Amino acid sequence: MAEPLLVVQNLETYYGPVMALRGVSIEVNRGEIVCVLGANGAGKTTLLRTISGILDAHKGQVALAGKPVTTFAPEAIVREGIAHVPQGREVFPLMSVLDNLMLGAYTRRDRSSIMQELDVIFNYFPALVERQKQLAGTLSGGQQQMLAIARALIMRPNIMLLDEPGLGLSPKLVAEIYQIITRLNQDLGVTMLVVEQNARTALEVSSRGYVLELGRVVFDGSAAQLLDTADIQEFFLGAAQNPSATGGRWKRKKTWR
Amino acid sequence: MDPLQLLVGGLANGCVYGLLALGFVLIYKATEAVNFAQGDMMMFGAFMTLSLVNQDGYNLPFGVGVCIAIAAMAVLSYVLEMTFIRRLFGQPQFSVVVLTIALGFVLRFIAGLIWGHEPQSLETPFAGRALTFGSIVLGYDDIVVIVVTLLLVGGLYLFFIYTRVGLAMQACSQNQLAAYYVGIPVKRLSSIVWAVSGVTATIAGVLFAAKGTIDPASGLLGIKAFAAAVIGGFGSLPGALIGGLIVGVVEPLAQFYAPTGYSQIAPYAIMLLVLVVRPAGIFSQVAQKKV
Repeated sequence: MAEPLLVVQNLETYYGPVMALRGVSIEVNRGEIVCVLGANGAGKTTLLRTISGILDAHKGQVALAGKPVTTFAPEAIVREGIAHVPQGREVFPLMSVLDNLMLGAYTRRDRSSIMQELDVIFNYFPALVERQKQLAGTLSGGQQQMLAIARALIMRPNIMLLDEPGLGLSPKLVAEIYQIITRLNQDLGVTMLVVEQNARTALEVSSRGYVLELGRVVFDGSAAQLLDTADIQEFFLGAAQNPSATGGRWKRKKTWR
Repeated sequence: MDPLQLLVGGLANGCVYGLLALGFVLIYKATEAVNFAQGDMMMFGAFMTLSLVNQDGYNLPFGVGVCIAIAAMAVLSYVLEMTFIRRLFGQPQFSVVVLTIALGFVLRFIAGLIWGHEPQSLETPFAGRALTFGSIVLGYDDIVVIVVTLLLVGGLYLFFIYTRVGLAMQACSQNQLAAYYVGIPVKRLSSIVWAVSGVTATIAGVLFAAKGTIDPASGLLGIKAFAAAVIGGFGSLPGALIGGLIVGVVEPLAQFYAPTGYSQIAPYAIMLLVLVVRPAGIFSQVAQKKV
């Protein structure tokens, strides 16, 4: 197998005295969609923020296509081709949709190919075409999410980090967003690392997945394996607990096996 | 005295306040911190120009001297941001405020050491000349102040709307985190914003010194400009200019029509009034930001 595109090794990150990542190692191959599952506070967002350089890693390494980028400034990491679609959209509210997209291309200087890219992107996000001149802050949540994805796409990234793209959206919109993510992956070959709480939706589009708990990877495997695992079903997919398995009054311990 | 005459003088003064207020707003918008050293940066820039241009200084041609002073002040502001302000990145805003107040003091005393505490005047090619329209006398210095301010504000406006860096600065002020995510070098842009406001401060200082005298304590003018920025709506560039003009015009009118001493209070009285009636200032973006 070829060398993985993104390799994260033993990453440790602190928020002040609080250790948020306790040695996380993941790999993403070229052309793959990989998801990272976990509950609130498991360290999913921290992982993405550390990869994109917003947070400094205390220990460990992030390498893109074999090149270590751990100590790079955030803008340098973007230039290496890691695009981050942050949690909660984070568009530029008082700028037009078009200006938002052009800022996404801030690290690129080839204006003509940016324009071509824009055409390709509008194919995937027809809702944005008619709203080019509208202020991004006045878009609906789903449209803002699409804008955030489009803004990352225009960098023509090697890998896209998506932080809970379905957060706060209706089930119908979540499905739509994930459909677009799948199409972008299949048509344009964009490699994606998706962080989600909504395990079923994420696993349906991913080829592999990792489960994060309290800053550690506690389980990893193919999407099918993850969907089959009893603990995943119980804690993420809401399958009914088998009362005999929990053994009466004791709380059953998660083993992730 | 003709009220119209007062108005013209007030407008010219107001332009200086407006330019200073502009510096406040620029830095506030891009970095969310208030730079209380703005007035002292103005004073420092003016003194640099003064020693470059005046006859007992380097006696350079006026334009050349001003350009060198502007460039020097831009570099100085850039370096100040890079070495001091950036260290407080992520700290409470209050610490930045205290730091800038301290920077102001340092600049004031350095200026005192170099140039002395006596008021000095800048020798300009347009001093003492005037145009007369009926009963109104329009000094060349007033005309230059108004024209330069308009050009500078127009230039800044175009810069923010049409250039890549200007757009990126707007992006930083609207959503700093997202600016990081799209690969904008946020920290370098903060330094550049400081450089730009160093430039506006120097120009304000030159215009101020051209109309009167300057001494190290002139930096306290910054407080009046701060009031102007609040009146205009902190965070709005046109608001800063308008606020400056209001303060500038009200001062001479209050001086002429109100009892002695009230002209000093007038700008702050207006600031209080605005804060009570329209807390976000005359030109506020708050309504739009609520989305």
